[in-house]
Amino acid sequence: MMKDESRKMVNLTIEGRAVSVPEGTMILEAAKVAGVLVPHYCYHPGLPVAGVCRMCLVEVEKAPKLAPSCATAVGEGQVVHVYSEKALEARKGVLEMLLINHPLDCPICDQAGECELQDYTFQEGRADSRYQEPKRFNPVEDFGGDVLYVTNRCILCTRCVRFMEDVHEDAVLCVSERGDRAVISRAPDADLVQPWAANVIDLCPVGALVSKDFLNKARAWELDRTASVCTGCSQGCNSVLETRDNVIVRTKPRSNEAVNHFYLCDEGRLDYRWMNRPDRMEVPKVQLGGALSPVDWEIAYAAAAKAMKGKRAYVVASPGLSNEALFLLKRIMKATNGEGAFRCETGPEAPLPGVKDLSLRADRAPNVNGAELLGYKRRDTDPLAGLKEGDVLVLADDTLSGVDIAAAKKASAIIVIGTTLPVGLPTPVAVFPIANVAEEEGTFTNLRGRVQRYLQAKAAPGLARPSWYALADLATAVGAPSDDCSLPSAVFSKMAASEPAFAGLSYDLIGLRGATVVGAAAGAA
Amino acid sequence: MGYPHKSHPKETPVLSKHFGDASSRSLEVWKSRGGYKALQQALHMEPTAIVDIVKASGLRGRGGAGFPTGLKWSFMKQGDGKQHYLCCNADESEPGTFKDREIMRWTPHALIEGCAIGAYAIGATKAYIYIRGEFTEPIKVMEAALAEARAAGIIGKNAMGSGKEIEVWVHKGAGAYICGEETALMNSLEGKRGNPRIKPPFPAVSGLFGMPTTINNVETLAAVPHILNNGGEWYKAMSLSNPKSTGSKLYSVCGNVAKPGNYEVVMGFSFKEFLYDLCGGPPAGRKFKALIPGGSSVPTITIEEAEAIKMDYEGFVEQGTMLGSGGVIIFDDAQSMPVQLARIARFYAHESCAQCTQCREGTAWMTKILERIVAGQGTFEDLDTIFDLSEQMTGKTICVLSDSCGAPVVSGITKFRSEFEALIKGRRSSTVAMAGGR
Repeated sequence: MMKDESRKMVNLTIEGRAVSVPEGTMILEAAKVAGVLVPHYCYHPGLPVAGVCRMCLVEVEKAPKLAPSCATAVGEGQVVHVYSEKALEARKGVLEMLLINHPLDCPICDQAGECELQDYTFQEGRADSRYQEPKRFNPVEDFGGDVLYVTNRCILCTRCVRFMEDVHEDAVLCVSERGDRAVISRAPDADLVQPWAANVIDLCPVGALVSKDFLNKARAWELDRTASVCTGCSQGCNSVLETRDNVIVRTKPRSNEAVNHFYLCDEGRLDYRWMNRPDRMEVPKVQLGGALSPVDWEIAYAAAAKAMKGKRAYVVASPGLSNEALFLLKRIMKATNGEGAFRCETGPEAPLPGVKDLSLRADRAPNVNGAELLGYKRRDTDPLAGLKEGDVLVLADDTLSGVDIAAAKKASAIIVIGTTLPVGLPTPVAVFPIANVAEEEGTFTNLRGRVQRYLQAKAAPGLARPSWYALADLATAVGAPSDDCSLPSAVFSKMAASEPAFAGLSYDLIGLRGATVVGAAAGAA
Repeated sequence: MGYPHKSHPKETPVLSKHFGDASSRSLEVWKSRGGYKALQQALHMEPTAIVDIVKASGLRGRGGAGFPTGLKWSFMKQGDGKQHYLCCNADESEPGTFKDREIMRWTPHALIEGCAIGAYAIGATKAYIYIRGEFTEPIKVMEAALAEARAAGIIGKNAMGSGKEIEVWVHKGAGAYICGEETALMNSLEGKRGNPRIKPPFPAVSGLFGMPTTINNVETLAAVPHILNNGGEWYKAMSLSNPKSTGSKLYSVCGNVAKPGNYEVVMGFSFKEFLYDLCGGPPAGRKFKALIPGGSSVPTITIEEAEAIKMDYEGFVEQGTMLGSGGVIIFDDAQSMPVQLARIARFYAHESCAQCTQCREGTAWMTKILERIVAGQGTFEDLDTIFDLSEQMTGKTICVLSDSCGAPVVSGITKFRSEFEALIKGRRSSTVAMAGGR
């Protein structure tokens, strides 16, 4: 780890472990370095310190009072006890008080299983409550957007208020009233429809702010979680796909300081249903007597190779395909002396003001940069413009919807690689069903040149194969070099070896946090 | 003087000399009585020299904490190129306290002069007097006096012709007790919700608008012109408990007492004499039972403990309570302590800013238990729970509001346990209305 020379290091002991952290670090963060998680609610590394939940109280030797570790800076020679009797007693008191007005409706609460109030109560709280009075009651409020406020569960940590005020810079939430009547309120007529507002759901440590989209859909412990990358735009926010029974039920942000910090925009967050689409191409097919017939993969490859023999391949690829898939398509282009194009849907930008270089980008596809680095020509309005008479048109996950397909008639044959069949086109000579982003492994290159891996979250339907698998075999069939492409990592290493932009990168190096391509601006995300 | 009563010979009216005399509100009359002489003199002194005089006087904060004023002023780093601010805390929201109100009502220029001197001493060109919104009359009086002083060139760009800028403004609070806490007051002044801030940073480093700020109570600042006029030694000598507690102190006396009002006595005065001589003892036919001597936030004491007190910062602590703001709340033998303490707890539950868990939930919980005990539905375990709650609420939050809820209640239960036990044992029906009433 590189030492920041501009900041003095401070040495202290936390739970008997010596740590050295930069001056000004708060005890709570220093404890993380020591491998100790101090229980906390209001503290969040992405938000200004509030110091209000008082859950993170720790005992610092020689200090007169317990210290809130989120708001107490480290001092040279400090000895901190997180689990001393005094500290545990204080936190137990906080937990009891947080629960006196809490409905304890865990059995019907979406947060159950991933609730910090549950977790810390199990860890450090009392088994019973001494509270005998009636509980405070407030009705549930629809905050607009995807957010539902279940007032009774709220512990007033104010993370949501601070997120909207200091990160989203649109202060529509506030604390209303005082004492135990206090609740979170919206500014009059202000619905939580800001482009990044739904992050308050993730920030809420309890079940007070819940997603309407996920409401009563699944229990947290039934979910399988897979590291992925959001396909909504070229920012490449790190995400987690949560599945139950092979169906994606929720998308959450995965924190990455270099890309999206802790956040995911509402558009990206709610754009997962297409991954569950049931009307998919499930088997490879070839043209037989003017109609498509299901065949074995090998027969389909042979049919495609035959159609391409002596012809130029004109590839229209989706910028939603992985670097690996685009690289293998490039091999097909090379082998046939062809060319490639892509188009990308665009929309208005929506930056998150409080975070540097984080925005819902205009290019609404995850791998525009990868396609460009691999030499695909961007043709947003007319992707078929480069198609020449007699070319074989290879449609790679682009169904040409919305494009004037008259030009496609120039093609001598059409080959389709994708998840659904294009409508209105002449019958293709061969179609190859591939997995979508949730069903395979691969990498995307974001707009700052960061290459990021995504993993497989669910099974592909029918006989559909991962795109790198289907395309590696197809490339071999049309005469591209036949080398070991038996794993996505192997395909990537072939790409790193032959594409200068990806030189030096490997799956191991990229890991789950990404690595930048050669020539990416230093310091940019 | 014992406003609204005649001055008692044992009083030492320094700040209260002109209480009740509406003519002292006018600049002309005030000047004829020696007003603004101290400011005139101060503006031609080095700021550090003023701080030294205040240090020498031994003046301590009159808002409740009793922090040495000169020392507080010396924390302001002179010449750091930053805008400094002086805030005058005129929120006076502590139950049982009404001394600052009278200072502002009758002698507004004394406060303006104190503010101007204080501002100059800490290198501030701007001073804000934050007055609680319910003080409609004092606000009117202060605003009129400020307008007069501004028109006369006493404050402004060229204060008293010295070439130095001192601006003073009045700001109205919106009715929250917590805005009397210094950092909450600053948030409120900035237009934000009046929530106390985490310290550090302390106001002298980052206060109002993030700039170095000193905040003083009305009574503290009003005493400053007298100290400059007569010298630090004079102020010190006035006290019977020199050197730890010095000068005179205003006490607001309310509750079951023959002559409620404001009284000014020197530090170290006998509390027994104060209660029976100056305040006229209990109402006819009654006996004093208990007191909360420093505004409702300090521990409750019995009359026996009170009679032994020497009235200074240390004297009150010796008897297990605090001088606080000097708001003496007296209960006689006809009062039910459970009812009174439940009422006090309800005040804190109502006024909690809702930031810290222990305060938001604890004050309300304690109130509910007390009200249940008063309604005859309490148990002995409830008393243990209250003690434990108070333990959880003390020293663990951003400000001391939750400590302040526990202090009078716990000490009250300890000292008047039999009254609570009688209610618990009697198990009165819940239909018996609370004597304190909602």
